Amino acid sequence: MSLRGGHLLSLDTVSVEEILDVLDTAESFVEVHQRTIRKVPALTGRVVASLFFEESTRTRLSFETAAKRLSADVISLAVASSSVKKGESLRDTIATVEALGLDAVVLRHRSSGAAEQVARFVPHVHVVNAGDGQHQHPTQGLLDAFTVRQVLAERRGVTGRETGAELFRGLRVLIVGDVRHSRVARSDIAVYRRLGAEIRVVGPGTLAPDALAKWGVTVSHDLDEVLEWADVIGLLRIQSERGSGSFVPSLEEFSRHFGLSTERLARVSPDTLIMHPGPMNRGVEIDHAVADAPQSVVTRQVANGVPVRMAVLYLTVAGGEGR
Amino acid sequence: MSRRVLRGGIVVGPSTSQRGDVLIDEGRIMAVGENLDSGGAEEVDCTGAWIGPAFVDLHTHLREPGGDAAETITSGARAGVVGGYSALVAMPNTDPALDSVPVVRDVLERGRASVLDVAVCAAITVGRRGERLAPLGDLAALGVHLFSDDGTGVANPQVMRRALEYARPLGVRLAQHCEDADLCEGGVMNEGEWSLRLGLGGRPVAAEEIMVARDLDLLRWTGGRLHLLHLSSARSVSLALAARAEGLDVTFEVTPHHLVLDESACADYDPVTKVHPPLRGRHDVDALGELLRDGRIDAVATDHAPHTPESKDRPFDEAPAGLLGLEHAAALTHEVLGGDRPVDLFRLLSRTPARIARLHERGLLGLSAHGGDVVAGEDANLVVFDPSETWIVDRARLQSRANNTPYHGRTLTGRVRHTLVRGELRVREGDLQ
Ligand SMILES: [Zn+2]
Repeated sequence: MSLRGGHLLSLDTVSVEEILDVLDTAESFVEVHQRTIRKVPALTGRVVASLFFEESTRTRLSFETAAKRLSADVISLAVASSSVKKGESLRDTIATVEALGLDAVVLRHRSSGAAEQVARFVPHVHVVNAGDGQHQHPTQGLLDAFTVRQVLAERRGVTGRETGAELFRGLRVLIVGDVRHSRVARSDIAVYRRLGAEIRVVGPGTLAPDALAKWGVTVSHDLDEVLEWADVIGLLRIQSERGSGSFVPSLEEFSRHFGLSTERLARVSPDTLIMHPGPMNRGVEIDHAVADAPQSVVTRQVANGVPVRMAVLYLTVAGGEGR
Repeated sequence: MSRRVLRGGIVVGPSTSQRGDVLIDEGRIMAVGENLDSGGAEEVDCTGAWIGPAFVDLHTHLREPGGDAAETITSGARAGVVGGYSALVAMPNTDPALDSVPVVRDVLERGRASVLDVAVCAAITVGRRGERLAPLGDLAALGVHLFSDDGTGVANPQVMRRALEYARPLGVRLAQHCEDADLCEGGVMNEGEWSLRLGLGGRPVAAEEIMVARDLDLLRWTGGRLHLLHLSSARSVSLALAARAEGLDVTFEVTPHHLVLDESACADYDPVTKVHPPLRGRHDVDALGELLRDGRIDAVATDHAPHTPESKDRPFDEAPAGLLGLEHAAALTHEVLGGDRPVDLFRLLSRTPARIARLHERGLLGLSAHGGDVVAGEDANLVVFDPSETWIVDRARLQSRANNTPYHGRTLTGRVRHTLVRGELRVREGDLQ
């Protein structure tokens, strides 16, 4: 299944060419964002539904804004707060929505694999995975890669498009924290690996299992040992329930060992990029001050969410026709 | 009862096979030999096929009472005879559970109205809650020989120890679903590379092996009889074999799905591949196949677990665990055996399971005898299996009320041609009669 005219379900199966296709398209949409009229007619007459079985206002707004800027009609269903309950057949819920005559579904679900299942239930509807359980969050992975390329290209005074995948070759990416439960980590690892980066993950033994080495990443359990190695530091959000003692003794201990503190920041090169998918637990995985440090590109990540999601919707729904 | 002659097959005995016909009358085998004079009996063509004792399933979830949207005793029995079975052991995780004499009697009664013999594996504890012992004595007096809390295992070692102590003098056998519940918490597939990649919670193979080891240690202490259900790891089998070598009375089964499918089958998140214990890594699947071919596996049991299509349309982590087995178990076992092992096929699917369930004795629970030799005087519970017919699994053409088979579209070699239950031809040329 190719991305153009198809679905975006996981970055595990996306090729380098498809990744660059998204990044280059997104770059052209950044320009749209800078115009006074921020709309293009690419998806006029198309209907895009956002189905969020798990609430995430940020991601939903980012997708809906992207769809509207492409002139699509947007149906927004916050199924998380509606009558849909755990246990109702996913197929039934989707069938109800499909009756509205959709071109695309943007799906967020608490269960891993939900996007793949929905793509099977409604094969003629384009499905964009907006995060499924602990599995994948493909647009986050793409916007992270986009942000990295954007910043590094700017430093060279060139456009990202001109550099292709070149800036990723040998780039040292460090992913910190709860890798085990993170869909962002899975998507980031997939996209960075495909683009040729070198990846290390670091976290406690329970959250950064050694089995991750099979993905071609190096596993470490000591942040201080690997901190200075990194060109890019990708922090992950840790859910507060992980600190209840089952995976880590406490969030405080996690923070002491794996948080990006002001002291640790002092050892990080000014050229290093610090990233976080949000929402941040300030004081846990990242210190209050660090989030606003010059190396932090967190606000760029948020801003790039819209053009990257525009690119994904455009390529999947319109198949990139008439480019 | 009508007279029939099974003509021109290969009669499979406990150690050898030879050409022959089988004459049946009044529900019994009357004669076995070459070129039998039928004396006007109905001719049933068995050319090129194996004639042996019909299969006995140690592990069938028939879902009644309480789950008849997915399966009934009637529909499960039909699926059974199509799969070559003459007897099924109904598992106790129904609603209510099979934990009392009235409920068990009710299931036996419904079984008597079905197309085959239905035996019962009753619950070890009340409501299968793992706390208080169910009336094992009363149920044993009724003729129940197998007890299990299957669906789950008896987690508390003290409860399991008491159950073994109580069961031993009754002469009955306890059957355990071996998976440590704490280690499996939140788990929906085998823990390993695939679960990590798919972002699905893991059920580690160690959870099974730890419980197997624990129960064998308890058995060594208490004495009694233990059956280990659906072993999915080669190490679990080694532990069981070592315990038996010491003299412990332990038996075990493996399922067809653990012999032919590995964890990668879960990769597209189709809940039809979700089962407990989960589909394991390739290493265990291959090792179980080796053990089967080496003659070191006691029995193949299906763990036939019907679920409604709606329940399997849920996300993988929310969908119920279990898949269908009865209609394809023989062909799959035949495939793993290598296609030319009639004696082993009938040992694994009929002779040994019948003895584990004590269904080789005529009269238990009012049922006929199963898993016997194909000789005059035996009850005519027979299957005629064509070892070379190839066919394609179609989930739209199952006898089971459910359709959650992971084998849809798979080409199988070996098919049940005829099934006879107490002399009645329940399946003829592959079709339910
Ligand atoms: Zn079980």
